[in-house]
Amino acid sequence: MDKFRMIFQFFQSNQESFMNGICGIMALASTQMYSAFDFNCPCLPHYNLAYGLGILLVPPFILFLLGFVLNNNISMLAEEWRRPQGQRGKDPAVLRYMFCSMAQRAMIAPVVWVSVTLLDGKCITCAFCTSVPMEILGNGSHPHLSQGEIQRVLARIPCKEIYNGQELIANEVAVRYLHCISQALGWCFVLLMTVMAFLVRSLRPCFSQAAFLKSRYWSHYIDIERKLFDETCAEHARSFAKVCIQQFFEGMSTDLHTHCHLPRKAPADAREAAEKLLGITDQGTMNMALKSWHRCKPPLKLHPPALPTGNGWAGEGQPPMHPCAPRRETAAYYSCV
Amino acid sequence: MDRFRMIFQYFQSSSESVMNGICGLLALASVKMYTSFDFSCPCLPQYNMAYGLGIMFVPPVILFLCGLILNRQSLVMLEEWRRPQGRRKKDLAVIRYMCSSIMQRAMVAPVVWIVVTLLDGKCLICAFSSSMDPENFVGFANVSPVQVQQLLAKVPCKDDELMKNNTSRKAVSRYLRCWSQALGWSILLILIIAAFLARWLRPFFNQAILLQARHWSNYIDIEQKIFEETCCEHSRLFAHKCVLHFFESMKQEIKLHSFSLPREGEGAEREGDLLRGITDQNKVNKLLKTWYCEKPPLDVS
Repeated sequence: MDKFRMIFQFFQSNQESFMNGICGIMALASTQMYSAFDFNCPCLPHYNLAYGLGILLVPPFILFLLGFVLNNNISMLAEEWRRPQGQRGKDPAVLRYMFCSMAQRAMIAPVVWVSVTLLDGKCITCAFCTSVPMEILGNGSHPHLSQGEIQRVLARIPCKEIYNGQELIANEVAVRYLHCISQALGWCFVLLMTVMAFLVRSLRPCFSQAAFLKSRYWSHYIDIERKLFDETCAEHARSFAKVCIQQFFEGMSTDLHTHCHLPRKAPADAREAAEKLLGITDQGTMNMALKSWHRCKPPLKLHPPALPTGNGWAGEGQPPMHPCAPRRETAAYYSCV
Repeated sequence: MDRFRMIFQYFQSSSESVMNGICGLLALASVKMYTSFDFSCPCLPQYNMAYGLGIMFVPPVILFLCGLILNRQSLVMLEEWRRPQGRRKKDLAVIRYMCSSIMQRAMVAPVVWIVVTLLDGKCLICAFSSSMDPENFVGFANVSPVQVQQLLAKVPCKDDELMKNNTSRKAVSRYLRCWSQALGWSILLILIIAAFLARWLRPFFNQAILLQARHWSNYIDIEQKIFEETCCEHSRLFAHKCVLHFFESMKQEIKLHSFSLPREGEGAEREGDLLRGITDQNKVNKLLKTWYCEKPPLDVS
């Protein structure tokens, strides 16, 4: 049990760091994906907007869903949400806490993608090149072209090699303008996200710290309980199998040696395994136990153990003895006036 | 218990180092962000100033807020500030100490960004090229006012057709870069002198109060970590007991008496001690609420 305790403590204290690590890796993956992606603006009037905005908005959505998929706790959240109430009430605050912490982590990679895309400028240049303000940027004299022609010429701004509207509006001027707008949007977006993150983080201790401590405790509890239940079931299955096989071989040896009176040994091993079975010794009972675990989880209330001596806990208040020797140090404030 | 003590000593000694590490990483990240950022001045009369000053001041605000968010101590300080008084008095000197140390660390990355920006010069050239006096530069002296604004605005764009070989453009650019670098170096010098004086003169003022504030701010930090660790330990034991009791109650339902009760004895008693009598949901909730609303006094005699 010590080994399990160490492992669980490691996971518990490091679960946050583990999830933060996954977050960071996804953020890096998203920048890498962007730089490896070969952006090809179509340079056609209506396709530009669709392509540009698609590249800006679709990958973040995919990264957001991926953030949920890669998070182990999503199945735990779903389980806790859908289980029948049974003897244990459901606390919506705990569900909200679990969902919020998963959503916050899943948001990081999409935000990184959108910021990098805006700060780079290619997407916005591609999407909005047909909407540049001709009055500000255009050269004074331009031939009288129809609106459609002008749109077609402007749409080729991102593709320098085929741009033929230099007398209409200089390519560098338009590209610089669009880059400037894109970068301004990018920095404003990053600023907005940072301010929101800062507010969320700093307003919480001011308003709902007690509720937060509760939700965090019970969400960790649900996670640990699920892991421990799986471990206990695995141990049980092992013992079950051991005893089953032991009984099979004993049965075989009884059949083969019906006329010999060999002393039957009950090895210590089998006794120990049998104890670990916790009284559940057949398939029907095990199935009933598993079904009951899902349908009707036990209440969050531990009964005192049925000790033969009379001094068990009162069940209320502190246990009669200190768990550890009292320390002799005294801590007090001094103030030097 | 020894293992826990070692771990907590590590945390105590290196909680400052962890924060200094984060500070350094943010400063490096700020330099890297600047070098990888593709600065493209719009070279238009009204847009230059907004773009240049925006690039100089908006990222430092973002970096400052990031420095506050990533610092664990800022949460600890806020909790200590907002908690109800209960049985433990609040010491404002401790909160002030924590606040100032958090702010100092959070200021490093923004200052690095501003200094790097000024030493590089592109931002100031972009922002203030339109505000130059054209009389001082030969190429712009005899041009009409409307056109001179347009020309000056294009100074940051070296590759523009009008500006490609214009010597006056180079003159304006050099002039602004010189001012920018002078400003950058001056700011750096002033900040370093201020930091030096603050560190050197500190022992002359209020050293005793400073030592107390530092001790109690470390204490609050460690107490928080230990509380979280204890909660984790408690929830693990709670879950263990809960699962075992569940299996026992199953056994009672099926009425098989071949096997004796498992795990009676020392193991169960030791774990019972560690549960400290807190064995149901309401008690846990009450414990957590009391921890927040009424922290125990600092007296373990």
